[in-house]
Amino acid sequence: MIRFVGPVIGLGFAFVALIAFAVGAYTVFTEGWGEKPVEYQFTLPPKEVEFSHDGPFGQWDYAQLQRGYQVYKEVCAACHSIRLISFRNLAELGYSEAEVKAEAASWSVPGINPDTGEPTTQPGTPPDYFPRPYANDVAAAAANNNAVPPDLSLITKARHHGSEYVYSLLTGYRDPATFQVDGRTISQASPDFSTPPGLYFNPYFPNLNIAMSPPIIVDGQVTYADGTAPTIDQMSMDVAAFLTWTAEPTLIKRKQTGWPVIGFLLFATVLAWFAKKQIWAPSKSAGRRDGLDRKLAETVPSGSAQGGAQGEALTAPATDPDDVRRV
Amino acid sequence: MSFPWARAYQPKAPLMRYLDEKLPLPRFVYNAVGAGYPVPRNLNYMWNFGVLAGFCLMLQIVTGVVLAMHYAPNALVAFDSVEHIMRDVNWGWMMRYVHANGASFFFLVIYIHIFRGLFYSSYKAPREMIWLIGVVIFLLLMATAFMGYVLPWGQMSYWGAQVITGLFSAIPMVGEPLQIWILGGFAPDNAALNRFFSLHFLLPFVIAGAVILHIWALHIPGSSNPTGVEVKAESDTVPFHPYYTAKDGFGLGIFLLLLMTFVFFLPNALGHPDNYIEANRLATPAEIVPEWYFWPFYAILRAFTFDFILPAKLWGVLAMFASILLWFFLPWLDRSPVRSGHYRPLFRKFFWFGLIPAMAILFWAGGAPAEEPYVMLSQIATAYYFLHFLVFLPLISWIEQPEPLPYSITEAVLGEDKKAVLGENTAPAT
Repeated sequence: MIRFVGPVIGLGFAFVALIAFAVGAYTVFTEGWGEKPVEYQFTLPPKEVEFSHDGPFGQWDYAQLQRGYQVYKEVCAACHSIRLISFRNLAELGYSEAEVKAEAASWSVPGINPDTGEPTTQPGTPPDYFPRPYANDVAAAAANNNAVPPDLSLITKARHHGSEYVYSLLTGYRDPATFQVDGRTISQASPDFSTPPGLYFNPYFPNLNIAMSPPIIVDGQVTYADGTAPTIDQMSMDVAAFLTWTAEPTLIKRKQTGWPVIGFLLFATVLAWFAKKQIWAPSKSAGRRDGLDRKLAETVPSGSAQGGAQGEALTAPATDPDDVRRV
Repeated sequence: MSFPWARAYQPKAPLMRYLDEKLPLPRFVYNAVGAGYPVPRNLNYMWNFGVLAGFCLMLQIVTGVVLAMHYAPNALVAFDSVEHIMRDVNWGWMMRYVHANGASFFFLVIYIHIFRGLFYSSYKAPREMIWLIGVVIFLLLMATAFMGYVLPWGQMSYWGAQVITGLFSAIPMVGEPLQIWILGGFAPDNAALNRFFSLHFLLPFVIAGAVILHIWALHIPGSSNPTGVEVKAESDTVPFHPYYTAKDGFGLGIFLLLLMTFVFFLPNALGHPDNYIEANRLATPAEIVPEWYFWPFYAILRAFTFDFILPAKLWGVLAMFASILLWFFLPWLDRSPVRSGHYRPLFRKFFWFGLIPAMAILFWAGGAPAEEPYVMLSQIATAYYFLHFLVFLPLISWIEQPEPLPYSITEAVLGEDKKAVLGENTAPAT
């Protein structure tokens, strides 16, 4: 039954798939492959930059993370939250306990007035989470030309090549009139393309037009305490590093844990390989033909086994003299 | 249920003798995966993947149970509870990365295991039942993995749930109500997340039960082997322990090295970044792609783009389910008496130059956006996929002249008996 029904079903599915193929091929033949949308053609892959936390031996650059935190606080925090981070986490950036307390107190977080029960704001304490700049998404959209600034806690994990993406986006604003890919400007590729008012052209953003105005615009926008020159490039790198940390505070611990694990497994695997080799050694030799060719086996005097004592113990336990029969 | 020369369990310690009388669990283990199970001596490394799959299942259950202690299956807090695991739970990040990457590697192992079975025709008599249970396990595994992927409640979780449950809406008449019934609402929400969590917790134990049946069915005819020639004598076999426990130990080491490299150094390489964005029913992601292990079937689903009598969507859904369900009929479609692809010249060509490239294209096209040329390629590969199993396999077994088989497993390993003149083979053969 199945031998008749099976091929019929198989031919049926294959037939329908091939019809769909023929229709697709005909469309391609008559209409060409179709040009990719302009957003696809003009989006750039993130710039290739190196961070100290990259690679299997990466390390946090704590000075950079602290600078990045400062950029977040003074620039990004006006619109973007990092709601998964609490002030106590800042200790991981190398701040002392007193500094964390002071830092927390410099933010005002929502709370409840203990006397009246009314909602209020109060200085933050280490267990508090970073406050959101807007009361809710509606307020955020209303204040930002209908676009909600995304939470940045996980931004570097939520984008391909996240750290590089953040850096590229921050330093990637261009003038759409002069921006070229393969020698063509956008207006040449697609006359309809425009950057509406309130949006800004950025080829690192998949839509090309992003609602965020260029946030880091002049050198010296923040003043670094450690004397690092606050160039646009430096500030963008620093905040990208900081947002890599917010996305995965355990990043470096993970890599550092990985090495002993891999080392142990390498050792154990090599041991397992030798154990396997030794256990299999006797059976890989010419012996153990017994039982297959009775005639041959019967001519073999029992106990004339060759091979090391190790193999002997494994293949021929004393309880089973039959097993000793080998050629 | 085993060969007459299987070693008998002989407990020596008084405690073990006592236990053997009251509850012969050690005897059971001894006969299942110990020295009491004779296994063909010529298994290659492709035969490691059954044990590895069993290990993966245990790894997923252990890490999954720990994750469930901190996860909250509620649409309001599910996403945050996963981040809580990643940030605040001691070693939570490691548990989650092992669980997420473990799922990927589970499928990698299972796919190799299945294709081992396809090449060596492990599905043929007397092992049909093992194969049938195996296909059931695979289906359960897909369901479990799909529901597990919904739990972090990220964008890809949410829209994946939307798309996959939407497949049921393609069924005429009952489709829409069926999808609503499955989701417990008109769109994925708390009801769906809760039931997916419940089932995601339950199904692994159902799988574990099916695995026991799988191994039970295996122990009746015994393991297959690369020659496809059945065991004829004791010299064809070695006891599972220590021979294959040692070999599996080495294989496990290699497997763990690979898995742990991903867990500690590339933990998000196999996932989609969008799943780190919390589910948002108002924002559809630019591209909705399932996890890599569903790509071939996703490609088959999307290959049907033309309304031929039935709507294209229904064709896609039917084809996707049929592409797996047809595996149930393989033992009766492939009538060749020869099992191993090594001795089947025509089958071998179709396998390596037909099925494997078709699967590779389906994998590739399934992960790519739904545009040309990926769709056209996936359509050809889909057509080949169905023709291969349902048309070519029966035809091949009909017209093929198999190559001569070795007389026995021992002969396949050591060469023909003629060479085995007394006295000459006392030196180790290579």
